[in-house]
Amino acid sequence: MCTVCGCSGSTVEGHSHDHGAGHTHDHGHDHAHAHAHGDGHHHHHHDHGHHHHHGAHGDIHFGTGAAGVAVGNMSQERLIEIETGILSENDRYAAANRARLAGQGVFSVNLVSSPGSGKTTLLCATIRAMGGDVAVIEGDQQTSNDADRIRETGAPAVQVNTGKGCHLDGHMVGHALDHLHLHDDATLFIENVGNLVCPAAFDLGEDAKVAILSVTEGEDKPLKYPDMFTAARIALLNKVDLAPHCDVDLELYEANLRRVNPTIEVIRVSARTGEGLEQWIGWLRSEAAAKRLAQAAE
Amino acid sequence: MHEMSLCEGIRRVVDQAAAAPEINRVTRVRLEIGRFAGVEKPALEFAWEVVMRGSKAEGAALEMIDLPGRALCYDCMETVEIDHRLDPCPTCGGGKLMPDGGDEMRIKDMEVI
Repeated sequence: MCTVCGCSGSTVEGHSHDHGAGHTHDHGHDHAHAHAHGDGHHHHHHDHGHHHHHGAHGDIHFGTGAAGVAVGNMSQERLIEIETGILSENDRYAAANRARLAGQGVFSVNLVSSPGSGKTTLLCATIRAMGGDVAVIEGDQQTSNDADRIRETGAPAVQVNTGKGCHLDGHMVGHALDHLHLHDDATLFIENVGNLVCPAAFDLGEDAKVAILSVTEGEDKPLKYPDMFTAARIALLNKVDLAPHCDVDLELYEANLRRVNPTIEVIRVSARTGEGLEQWIGWLRSEAAAKRLAQAAE
Repeated sequence: MHEMSLCEGIRRVVDQAAAAPEINRVTRVRLEIGRFAGVEKPALEFAWEVVMRGSKAEGAALEMIDLPGRALCYDCMETVEIDHRLDPCPTCGGGKLMPDGGDEMRIKDMEVI
């Protein structure tokens, strides 16, 4: 199956992914190809427009080339330079999402955390407090429970089920954007699959990653999973209303966050009591304003 | 981290780069993997054998070139090399380091016949 694409395993809620029945989606790919020539060392890079479509079983068919047809007169080993990132395909989808969102003046955040950190509850509280133009993409392996909870707030939401996948990727988010009613200048929340490992590596086209860490998880969580907290611009230390009952050291949480990411901003919040929400929403609004200002200056 | 998916990503790139009919076989693929890339090398090697089956790169040697982990120390403001993510700064002993390189995952080149 197309793993970075996740096509055969993931579903976008309300969108039947039956590729066999007349729905093919073509992806434009730009691949840098190096062609080595036997008579010299020069190689050049071409950008080819490749189209592949997904067959009924998720097979990927590239339209061109006679792969497997061998010509017997070449035996000399040749070096072909590739210099391509392994995640470059994801990065292309992410770049397309980023351009699309920028075109609409949308500010987007990718919410990452372990399962049970209170992402969805905090998101619902945030949406209610913001009261304005927001939309949500929900990522989970299974169920549309979270999108249902978001829609109860009145905000549009699309659920992406990743099937066996442990993270959202750029391609899934692109599909979700096709199905999301997103106003110009809105705020887009992308709630990633609860997982502190893989989502760190996959750019979705967001403006910032927001790590949510709840006070019941243990002060050393940032040290155990440094990559995620390094990738995040801001950390929301959630469920602080529980702190007095859990013998936790909030200062130590913050110190450990700053140890793995000296530039991270930390806001203490509670979805239950509303503590810190104003500051968090203030951060979102000022970042969105800064983005628009930077765009206008270009 | 999801080494099987990474391998399938590599296969797509290698398949395309080796699609020309005059290429019979890929004999070696070289990757550059940063220390902080989160790639588990034995897992990648295992996935390599499985994922490359049936491609021109079936049986190809997989070589992984380590790239050092670099970080900016926020205590002495030097860029330093560290082996592990939570190592202290080798220059000043400080503990606030922001990775500044070493998360690379790149397909460098391949040998074909």
